[in-house]
Amino acid sequence: MLSDADRIYQNLYGQQDWRLAGARARGDWDGISDILGRGRDALIEEVKASGMRGRGGAGFPTGMKWSFMPKQSDGRPSYLVVNADESEPGTCKDRDIIRHEPHKLVEGCLIAGFSMGAHTGYIYIRGEYYNESRHLQAAIDEAYEAGLLGKNAAGSGWDFDLYVHRGAGAYICGEESALLESLEGKKGMPRMKPPFPAAMGVWGCPTTVNNVETIAGIPTILRRGPAWFSALGRPKNAGTKIFCISGHVNNPCNVEEELGIPMRDLIEKHAGGVRGGWDNLQAVIPGGASMPILTKDVCDTILMDFDSLKEARSGLGSGAVIVMDKSADVIKAIWRLAKFFKHESCGQCTPCREGTGWMMRMMERLVEGRADKAEVDLLEQVTKQVEGHTICAFGDAAAWPIQGLLRNFRPLVEQRMAEYRERTALPVAAE
Amino acid sequence: MAKVTVDGIEIEVANGSTVLQAAEAAGKEIPRFCYHERLSIAGNCRMCLVEIEKIPKPVASCGQPVSDGMVIKTDTEMVRKGRRGVMEFLLINHPLDCPICDQGGECDLQDEAVSYGRDYSRYDEGKRAVSQPDWGPLVKTTMTRCIHCTRCIRFSTEVAGVSELGATARGENMQVGTYIEKALSSELSANIIDLCPVGALTSKPYAFVARPWELRKTDSVDVLDAVGAAIRVDARGAEVLRILPRQNDDVNEEWLGDKSRFAVDGLKRRRLDRPWLRTGGKLRAASWEEAFAAIADRVKPVAGNRIGAIAGDLCDAESMFVLKQMMAAFGSVNIDCRQDGAALDASRREFYLFNTTIAGIEEADALLIIGSNPRHEAPVLNARIRKRWVAGGFAVGAIGPAQDLTYPADHIGYGPDSFAALQDGSHDFAKILDQAKKPMIILGAGALARPDGAAVLAAAWNLAAKSNMLNADWHGFNVLHHAGARVGGLDLGFVPGAGGLTAGQMRGGGVDVLWLLGADEIDSAAIPASTFVIYQGHHGDKGAQRADVILPGAAYTEKDGTYVNTEGRVQRGFLAVKPPGDAREDWRIIRAVSAYLGHALPYDDIGALRADLAAQYPSFGRIGEVRRLAGMDMTAPAGDPAAVSAAPFVFPLPNYYQTDPISRASPTMAACVAAHATPIAAAAE
Repeated sequence: MLSDADRIYQNLYGQQDWRLAGARARGDWDGISDILGRGRDALIEEVKASGMRGRGGAGFPTGMKWSFMPKQSDGRPSYLVVNADESEPGTCKDRDIIRHEPHKLVEGCLIAGFSMGAHTGYIYIRGEYYNESRHLQAAIDEAYEAGLLGKNAAGSGWDFDLYVHRGAGAYICGEESALLESLEGKKGMPRMKPPFPAAMGVWGCPTTVNNVETIAGIPTILRRGPAWFSALGRPKNAGTKIFCISGHVNNPCNVEEELGIPMRDLIEKHAGGVRGGWDNLQAVIPGGASMPILTKDVCDTILMDFDSLKEARSGLGSGAVIVMDKSADVIKAIWRLAKFFKHESCGQCTPCREGTGWMMRMMERLVEGRADKAEVDLLEQVTKQVEGHTICAFGDAAAWPIQGLLRNFRPLVEQRMAEYRERTALPVAAE
Repeated sequence: MAKVTVDGIEIEVANGSTVLQAAEAAGKEIPRFCYHERLSIAGNCRMCLVEIEKIPKPVASCGQPVSDGMVIKTDTEMVRKGRRGVMEFLLINHPLDCPICDQGGECDLQDEAVSYGRDYSRYDEGKRAVSQPDWGPLVKTTMTRCIHCTRCIRFSTEVAGVSELGATARGENMQVGTYIEKALSSELSANIIDLCPVGALTSKPYAFVARPWELRKTDSVDVLDAVGAAIRVDARGAEVLRILPRQNDDVNEEWLGDKSRFAVDGLKRRRLDRPWLRTGGKLRAASWEEAFAAIADRVKPVAGNRIGAIAGDLCDAESMFVLKQMMAAFGSVNIDCRQDGAALDASRREFYLFNTTIAGIEEADALLIIGSNPRHEAPVLNARIRKRWVAGGFAVGAIGPAQDLTYPADHIGYGPDSFAALQDGSHDFAKILDQAKKPMIILGAGALARPDGAAVLAAAWNLAAKSNMLNADWHGFNVLHHAGARVGGLDLGFVPGAGGLTAGQMRGGGVDVLWLLGADEIDSAAIPASTFVIYQGHHGDKGAQRADVILPGAAYTEKDGTYVNTEGRVQRGFLAVKPPGDAREDWRIIRAVSAYLGHALPYDDIGALRADLAAQYPSFGRIGEVRRLAGMDMTAPAGDPAAVSAAPFVFPLPNYYQTDPISRASPTMAACVAAHATPIAAAAE
């Protein structure tokens, strides 16, 4: 279990002051000019050495991502964009960071911007996070007043401006290229890749898009050293991560823990255990709505990190652990997710636009059991036709929960159909 | 160059090419719905999936750039599976209404479904249906059929430059539309019908008229403006049913203006299908013999210099050539093809041609438009200017009434008095012209149809000379005509000879016998009663109204004819249907009259006529090509550049949709006028 001293987010629960004074008391902004004084390349090397992987869901190594940014400008400016469009159902970590530790994010933005040669940063925050956006803006204003942002930010000689941009509530705007489109004032629809944002991002300029948790963790890593961070967690899955535990647990919570902690420990130590005890557990979605659901057998032993969950054909995603006890109707739960994805598909490319609706409608019938066995195979094929054929990863995200259900809970689905047949069968005439 | 392998075929393609282009270069056909060569890449239909080695997932080939050594496979199980999946998705919400869909037989979705569709549907849920918005009189919408490829959106935004189409809502509720229901306002709007890969957007006037396999297709050239767009005339029996653009990268790429496409129903209305004679102040039907006799009666006693001829806007070069010769045989040099009185100087080709050429616009880096609204006078050419503007680094200035050209223009002034500030360099735009490497001027032919026309022409030429537009490898002086026949007429010298009368003088009583060859854009009521007017043409329009004898001619779809576009490009149109009733090809009518009057012209077939035409005027022998002139001879046209007045320019075509006898007879064009004069009222909520 992570010791309190090793927690990056000392004020995750908002018991202390979130403003600049409180943040400074916790060590934020301490020695910022020294950190920047190490130079761009050294900072990127340190981030690389820390083993930090993107906390938004894909887990791409952060230092490597930064190193894709051009070292020498070809005349175009570089931009840092922070993805605070936290919309993955079950995920609420960025929200608490922004609420209670906004200065970690602001400081991280300055360091990241400096490291990638960006004079401007945008924080794209989801529209529903209104209060959070006010906190964030207040923190930015404080930082400007204290000379930590703006011209010659924190005495480093580097000019850095930071803006908050509020989205309008579309899930797809959390996809980095759709986010950039939305930031530019267009309809939030993902772009084709290549070109990748590091070559052509916002307004056609080199851009790096990072998750809030990734950026907010950077200052502490640089202050305590990459070795400290990489010693936590498991090999290739270094450091700490905020898990958002929700569902049928006694004490739903956000908690920062080491990567690689056993799921059972995570739930029992921090969330007060599964409602009715561990044996009452039916299933867990380990990484937010788009990750495949896991059965209890897997949950007994699974470790919570990128690679372990990938081996179990699921994923860490955003770290949103959704727990379902035996009272839950998992088929209905997955149908609800299918409905969510159908509602949030941007409609740009064919498989996702047409497939999400089809999948949702079939799931609707599976909830009742009003389907025959062949249709279960059809549904699986449809998910395969969507997965991997779309412009962005949304198609995969829509397909995986259903694939997880059919892979892990097929007997339940078939039982439901059998019950439906029994219930609706016409009485056979006596001969 | 990048070396790539497509299905085992090694080819070299330019760096930055897409995988789809590479596959096409290797002769592999890639199905696509959203991709179009002339539009930006959307990558949304996912039909063009291919397999690329070292990439685990199928890749949309339209948007993937090639890299050296790439191994592309266009026909593997993964590819077929991917495309079949996409096709199934496209079809689940596509109505099964091919039997009543006008796209049937020329539908991309239908064609590809043969290769990638399945013979039954696995989709048991309800199909999506959406309402059919009214987009005006040209484009019929059946949005339930829409597959959301966004070609129409991209065309209107990028090419037409009128951002009125877009997608609203998202996911399966996404709809392509005009946001607020309205008639499409672009002059190029109907090109989205051609672009639509399914039957969502079809031609409203052509709805339920014919199936493509019933049509006889004739390649021809458009004459309703001076661009000379390549067209295909689709006819069934004796009726022209529709006109579609053909590809000609030098002229129209593959676009066509709405008028050129839809004025076609005017070919069936108000036609002159027999000769008419005016007796006792009233026109009566007559035979050819009677008409010829009446002409002979009036012409024979008249001296040559009291006879004149005016050629109109739609005439083929052959008929003007024969008419000119007949007039010469009468001893008359009173001929003019400039019925609007434009002071076009026929002494040198450079003075009246679009010398930069249409494709050459893309090389220019600054443009000054004088007294022209290219959006109305040549919508396809305007799209080319916009294309150049979109590419960046292109400043546009305009002199004339304020207008929306679909690209921003620096408004310099209203009349020729603004030339001074450009000539002496005091206006900011003069600096732009001076600094430009390839600046160009577009002088509207309409700007010359005013009393100081010759002065305007000379002043504009001087401005071009002063702004480095005339040099050995660049000719930036351009006249933009709006009449399809004008350059042909000027090329073969259909202008007054020495001491001859101009169109205006002939109209004003300068002649006793006036031959109007399709000349309808004149104030015919002003012709004195004493003038004997012979009207030869195809529509009962202004010219025929005043005529004493009417000789029924053929419209451009009904004859083989040669036309010269504003660049000086000689192009051939071909007969698609026979002229109606007793109407005949125009050169034959003139040939017959000449024989009747005893001056028989030596042409028995069009071959001999064309050979003679090319012999006398060699440019007519070079079909389809344009020789770009070098601006070496700086000598200005004859006018006095100082004589320009301050009167503001007036555009010659106030109403894009009705500019000639054919479009004035067209109910579709009338509907367009009505739609844009009174926009569809928004419903009160």
